Amino acid sequence: MWDRIREKLQILADAAKYDVSCSSSGSTRKNTNKGLGDTGNGICHTYTEDGRCVSLLKILLTNFCIYDCAYCVTRKSNDIKRTAFTVQEVVDLTINFYRRNYIEGLFLSSGIFKDADYTMERLVRVAKKLRTEHNFNGYIHLKSIPGASDELMKEAGLYADRLSVNIEVPTEQGLKLLAPEKDRKDMIQPMNFLKNEIILRQSEKKLFKKAPLFAPAGQSSQMIIGATQETDKDIMFTANSLYKNFNLKRVYYSGYVPVSNDHRLPGLGTSVPRLRENRLYQADWLLRFYGFQVNELVHNQQPNLDMDIDPKLGWALSNLNQFPVDINRADLHLILRVPGIGMLSAKKIVEARRFQRLNWEHLKKLGVALNRARFFITCNSSYFERRDLSAKQIRHFILSGSDKKTFSAAVTQLQLF
Amino acid sequence: MTILVYDGTWPGFLSCVFEAYERKLTELQISSELRFQASLLDTPITIITEEAKARRVWSGLQKRLSGQALRQLYHCFLSEIPMIENTLFEYIRLAFAWEGVEKAFTKASVLRVSQVAKMVYREKHRMEAFVRFQLTTDGIYYATIEPDFNVLPILRSHFEKRYADQKWLIYDLRRKYGIFYDLEEVEEIQLERGSSGTEASSIFSEDEAAYQTLWKDYFEHVNIKERKNMKLHLRHVPRRYWKYLTEKAP
Repeated sequence: MWDRIREKLQILADAAKYDVSCSSSGSTRKNTNKGLGDTGNGICHTYTEDGRCVSLLKILLTNFCIYDCAYCVTRKSNDIKRTAFTVQEVVDLTINFYRRNYIEGLFLSSGIFKDADYTMERLVRVAKKLRTEHNFNGYIHLKSIPGASDELMKEAGLYADRLSVNIEVPTEQGLKLLAPEKDRKDMIQPMNFLKNEIILRQSEKKLFKKAPLFAPAGQSSQMIIGATQETDKDIMFTANSLYKNFNLKRVYYSGYVPVSNDHRLPGLGTSVPRLRENRLYQADWLLRFYGFQVNELVHNQQPNLDMDIDPKLGWALSNLNQFPVDINRADLHLILRVPGIGMLSAKKIVEARRFQRLNWEHLKKLGVALNRARFFITCNSSYFERRDLSAKQIRHFILSGSDKKTFSAAVTQLQLF
Repeated sequence: MTILVYDGTWPGFLSCVFEAYERKLTELQISSELRFQASLLDTPITIITEEAKARRVWSGLQKRLSGQALRQLYHCFLSEIPMIENTLFEYIRLAFAWEGVEKAFTKASVLRVSQVAKMVYREKHRMEAFVRFQLTTDGIYYATIEPDFNVLPILRSHFEKRYADQKWLIYDLRRKYGIFYDLEEVEEIQLERGSSGTEASSIFSEDEAAYQTLWKDYFEHVNIKERKNMKLHLRHVPRRYWKYLTEKAP
């Protein structure tokens, strides 16, 4: 019996790994029934050799699928072993992994077999069983299957902490090319339905404390990067509209890992665009936490992010008229825009300067990356950058320093040949 | 130099702070008796731990510092870093002299306390992630750890909330004590013999090995080979923790 489970787990984990979401945070579910599990800020229980965190048991219920999306490893036309878990098998795995402190919970996705409702109904059944029969308060992330009925979606929201629909391809043309059977509208529809449902339930919750939780960790989505000819602008604008229109908690960017020799896609052996993915996440953070607008980072004159420097530095170099910023006087939101100053050091600066005017030494100790920041700030010191440097010169100075990330990226590229 | 020698406990340390004020000492160091080494130039004074004195210092601090700062002080103490008591004392002295000192990051001791507290917090968080329970035949989920800092006291509430319906025991092999939850409450315990966690597998339940294999399989198969990045992997899962990680252990 264990051998069969092992084989299923191997196949269905393999198929689920391209979904990058691993977050287990943002839920408010607490262990109030002396049951099993609790959610909080999220924990990464381990990291695989690709450096990605393992927080949830991330599996497909089945890899049988009626669709034939070119970018997907489970596409109908792909010649791979197919299998399916029973509801009970998934429940047992989740509970036993959770009890040993391997995972924070379950991320259950699925290929579409028969139809949307049939698939969704099984996903919901797993979650329901965990919650009601096993008093499980750990994290559950379910895929909302486009086309499933409103009733099933509502039920899913009652048991799951997070729901997600992957938008997969950043542009509509791209989707038409790679997944002709799918329609962007069908993906947006469940997102919109859930958004409204979440808002409704939240207002209920304000009135009645006892009202049940409904997807307390919200919704997320994912886009594949580098499978079509999309620009960073296409990606960021799509992400921005998902955040704005559907209140998504996260949009994930997944560098395309070649899975087929389809002529519409980059061939097998093409390297994964890891650096580009990283720059997109940096830009995403600037949107969500640093008060940037999407068109400040990418626009028609500059449709792609600069791969050599981070997007904040890129923005600063094309907006030199906004600098220098006086560290001892400027508002927090201006300090946050300085390259080399992160959220934590910005907050520390604002606290610490109430006691004492800050100089370079202080800033360094607080964790500011002075190699970048020094071109953009003044502080309580007579020594500061007096030369009237052009953007090009600053860029050169910073890059000729020790920017390890770009350096190692260049090295890996060289090794290919 | 006067050296206050205490028993290595938190109330013991706070008693030293009390004595330092009581005796109006200006130049002093505080050292736990385990670390203390006598030298000709120093005058050691052994401080006896007194709950009442410790409580007075603590309630004094509660009036001066935020909950977060108090937590940082305690976490910093748990680091067991040599001489950290002197940094803590310096901080406490500033706290009694000034209002709102906890944000004055330009003061060496304040910055140091916040940094060390963060190191301890990270270790605690790592343990929340890296503890691996094994189910024994008597129904106890058992895990052994060797954390860099003494984090068991700050781990208990996390595991108590999470595993409210199973018995569990987390044992710190380096410091030779553990915390045990018996479905009612958590208590500190010490195991008799030097149990190393590698005893005969017969003490573990029959499904235990199977679930460990499944977990290893899962770990193997959720990895994307095309994205291999060992540097990042090692940064997140440093080698010193591998010994107790089911998925990394040989």
